[in-house]
Amino acid sequence: MIRVVLPPHLRTLARVTDEVAVEVDGRPTLGSVLDALEASYPVLRGTIRDHVTLKRRPFLRFFACEEDLSHERPDTPLPDAVVRGAEPFLVVGAMAGG
Amino acid sequence: MIGVRLLVGTRKGAFVLTSDGKRDKWEVNGPHFAGWEIYHLKGSPVDQNRLYASQSSGWFGQIVQRSNDGGKTWEPVGNKFAYDGVPGTHQWYDGTPHPWEFKRVWHLEPSLHDPDTVYAGVEDAALFQTTDGGQNWTELPGLRGHGSGPRWQPGAGGLCLHTILIDPSDPKRIFIAISAAGAFRSDDGAKTWQPINRGLRSEGIPNPTAEVGHCVHRIAMHRSRPRTLFMQKHWDVMRTDDGGDSWQEVSGNLPTDFGFVIDVHAHEPETIYVVPIKSDSEHFPLDGRLRVYRSRGGGNEWEALTNGLPQRDCYVNVLRDAMSVDSLDPCGVYFGTTGGQVYASANAGDSWTAVVRDLPPVISVEVQTLR
Repeated sequence: MIRVVLPPHLRTLARVTDEVAVEVDGRPTLGSVLDALEASYPVLRGTIRDHVTLKRRPFLRFFACEEDLSHERPDTPLPDAVVRGAEPFLVVGAMAGG
Repeated sequence: MIGVRLLVGTRKGAFVLTSDGKRDKWEVNGPHFAGWEIYHLKGSPVDQNRLYASQSSGWFGQIVQRSNDGGKTWEPVGNKFAYDGVPGTHQWYDGTPHPWEFKRVWHLEPSLHDPDTVYAGVEDAALFQTTDGGQNWTELPGLRGHGSGPRWQPGAGGLCLHTILIDPSDPKRIFIAISAAGAFRSDDGAKTWQPINRGLRSEGIPNPTAEVGHCVHRIAMHRSRPRTLFMQKHWDVMRTDDGGDSWQEVSGNLPTDFGFVIDVHAHEPETIYVVPIKSDSEHFPLDGRLRVYRSRGGGNEWEALTNGLPQRDCYVNVLRDAMSVDSLDPCGVYFGTTGGQVYASANAGDSWTAVVRDLPPVISVEVQTLR
């Protein structure tokens, strides 16, 4: 299971209060964990990445194990610590605005 | 029970305000969707408990919410707004071609006959429709496919389709308005469209009387006279009596004819309301005095309505979707400000009270008359 930490507004939208866990078939990648997340929580479709192009929304970032994965390709494997469940995959909203 | 329900969209959430027919005591419920921008909420004319809300965020994009119990509970529905075919380009601020990109839903207009059918006006300007209660949205491409589309240019607030009016006598006749393309009419249920901007004059564009390019801020209609429309343009208050084929200016004695909102009295089709704003560079009331202006003759001669409104040190704005009228007698008139006040008049504008004073900046106000 991959642990995913969502920003507060997306937790509210998904009606969860804490981190979530999603099952991914095969070697988990950046793209497959997002696919699994959207499959488990369809309300998140379009809020993290574009419906059609699947590009990351500009004001969101993907972090894991103190690395910024935001600009990695969708087929980039997730770090082992995330795959083992020792570390979460973080979806982070840019700190901006009021 | 007779009463009214105000649906208030703000920069930081939605609020539902209810009152009985006297409209002097209000219950405030909210914020719903706290922290999100709520550009618009509107109820179905045939099911007063069916509401739709446009919820958006620069971070997380667009969500559409639906309520089946008058706003007590909500559920997210479909949020996929994909343009039909290859989107093409419109003009950017500097006149260069810019790809059409979906940003948000500005306005939701439920069908007059079916609670599951809703039109959505979006930025970048296009008209979408759902026929399944918001689960799926499809572009009605005839509008954006109008030959003038590549020449449309955004206003300061973006290239937004903000007004949708359906002719009650012929639901195939639909009027829409876009900043800053202008007004358009369809006579065939949104399949084909024609610009209806003859008579408009806008000094800020290369050809002041161009077919398209006018910054129309809002259009209003009285349901008994669907060929008569009233328009608050960037500058100028206008009217048409032939469904938009020709417009005449009716700004008359207004102290400034810049503004955003315009609406029509529920029972008097020649009584109209505007809130004059100083200018396009100073978006607040003239002289710091918040005044609604009412014309009882369809324009030209206007009277200031000030009773209960701040007459000094007031520097708020009233945005284009932030005025509405109920259908009680006397007619109730409501508007919200960027200072977070929602003002109500239960006597057609003769006097006003602040229903709430400290909401986030108000983007939209709709009213439902509950029976």
